[in-house]
Amino acid sequence: MPQTLAEKILSRAAGQTTRAGELITVSPHLVMSHDSLTPSIIDIMRDELGFASVHDPEQLVIVMDHVAPASTVGTANNQNRTRQFAREQGIRLFDVGRGICHQVLVEEGLAWPGMVVLGADSHSTSYGAVGAFGSGMGSTDIALIWATGKTWLRVPESIRLDVSGRFNPGVSAKDLALKLERDLTISGATYAALEYHGLDWMALNDRQTLAGMAVELGAKAGMVLPEGEVAERFTVPEWLFPDPDAAYARCIPVALDSLQPQIALPHAVDHVVDVSEVAGTAVDVVFLGTCTNGRYEDLRAAARVLRGRRVADSVRFIVTPASSLELQRAAGDGTLSALLEAGAALTTPGCGACMGRHQGTLGDGDVCLSTGNRNFKGRMGSPNARIYLASPEVAAATALTGRITDPGALV
Amino acid sequence: MARIWKFGSDVDTDQIVPGRYAPYMRPGEDVGSAAFIEARPEFARAAAPGDVIVAGSNFGCGSSREYAPLALKRREIGAIIAESFARIFYRNSINLGLPLVIAPEIARAVRDGDVVELDLAAGTLLAGGQVFELPPMPAFAREILAAGGVVPYVREHGRFPGLD
Repeated sequence: MPQTLAEKILSRAAGQTTRAGELITVSPHLVMSHDSLTPSIIDIMRDELGFASVHDPEQLVIVMDHVAPASTVGTANNQNRTRQFAREQGIRLFDVGRGICHQVLVEEGLAWPGMVVLGADSHSTSYGAVGAFGSGMGSTDIALIWATGKTWLRVPESIRLDVSGRFNPGVSAKDLALKLERDLTISGATYAALEYHGLDWMALNDRQTLAGMAVELGAKAGMVLPEGEVAERFTVPEWLFPDPDAAYARCIPVALDSLQPQIALPHAVDHVVDVSEVAGTAVDVVFLGTCTNGRYEDLRAAARVLRGRRVADSVRFIVTPASSLELQRAAGDGTLSALLEAGAALTTPGCGACMGRHQGTLGDGDVCLSTGNRNFKGRMGSPNARIYLASPEVAAATALTGRITDPGALV
Repeated sequence: MARIWKFGSDVDTDQIVPGRYAPYMRPGEDVGSAAFIEARPEFARAAAPGDVIVAGSNFGCGSSREYAPLALKRREIGAIIAESFARIFYRNSINLGLPLVIAPEIARAVRDGDVVELDLAAGTLLAGGQVFELPPMPAFAREILAAGGVVPYVREHGRFPGLD
């Protein structure tokens, strides 16, 4: 029976041949939770399910990224509780400053091609960048895996994206992700596994941008075929490829050659236009970071625009690297210096301002251009703030002028 | 009798409970008090047990935060009737024993503020003098809801739902 990538990965994990629509039980290879939800997951496992300890500590990993470092006594106490739990149970924990869960797991070699990775975070689709089946779940589902080692899944239908061409100068994976939002909408891939074809040339960091954004189309998983850089850096099992005659719900051609910088307007990630259409809009905050676009390559792209220049006086330019390793890389070759000299306010690697909790919370009337993945009303603080989403290149050009700017328009 | 709270499409979980109101950020507070607290403050103030949420498509999109449907469960919302649901929200709600109904016809027919009678056992909604039949959920969802949520289900049956 010809199978999609998702069907193959889930068949292996289930120990039986399975196809879209079927329910299976799996023991996920890796289960991730972070500081924001681990305390409640502990409570569910212990108080509701009645299990004192996790079934298999080696299956689990905890990353402190959502409020890192702790911003209040409450979050500090919650984090200490999580640390104590991890110590007692023997669960690997990456503490404050190490970075965002989705970045850290790839850097640490914990997520790799062919795995099933389930996380207490919707952007767990990010692991599709290394050809893993990555998907987000809620606290109770994660608690059940903690207690039993297993969960049940419905095998998703797959949508194949056939990408052709290459990015124009100044255009990158974020623009492709936003273009997909524009074309498919926020619910266009609901319940489906996305398979990205035609991207063997694409670097790992760009795959992470794309795969992380899959959930913003409603997808259950979003996997880039594990070729090119991924095949060089990871071991790809010989069975990990979709069969040529596999059945897809839809096959969608996507051409890159005409793609221009894109921007999502407040307050919807699929309300996307060409940057040129809103160029000139004044902003108060530019936020460069998140699991979507906080990597070394994103910092470097911004530094290229800003080197030797200063951001506009009217703008706060907040830079939050996705991990300590990405920060160290940027610190090692002048990238970080260029950003700091341009006026960047550097914050601890982690989720930062993305969820409106700390390190760049927006006030009433603030206009923010973010390299993140969500611009819902109130996402980053005040519900009266306005959030635009774009690429690091657009973010840097915008920080320079204080107004939404197409990087190609800069002199 | 229950009041209808009607919403549009693509209502995201940041609307349902903003990140700053998460239990992590407000330990000791009842998360139910934060339901729609910024997106629709009247709901946060006045939603009563048994009230019904009606919405367009893709209800509950965005973050996987379980405290979003949990807040609605805490407020004892009788059911959410929508044209469609986002994936993670759907699963989280069923897990918590919060009844969901996928019924575009009903979602379009009722209006905000309508007073209705919801009878989940009979599978009906009485609104504006009309009796609507509630389409049944998939079998695994019915099993979980019948137990009151996935935790009671697993404790009772010793296995996951929907499988032999």
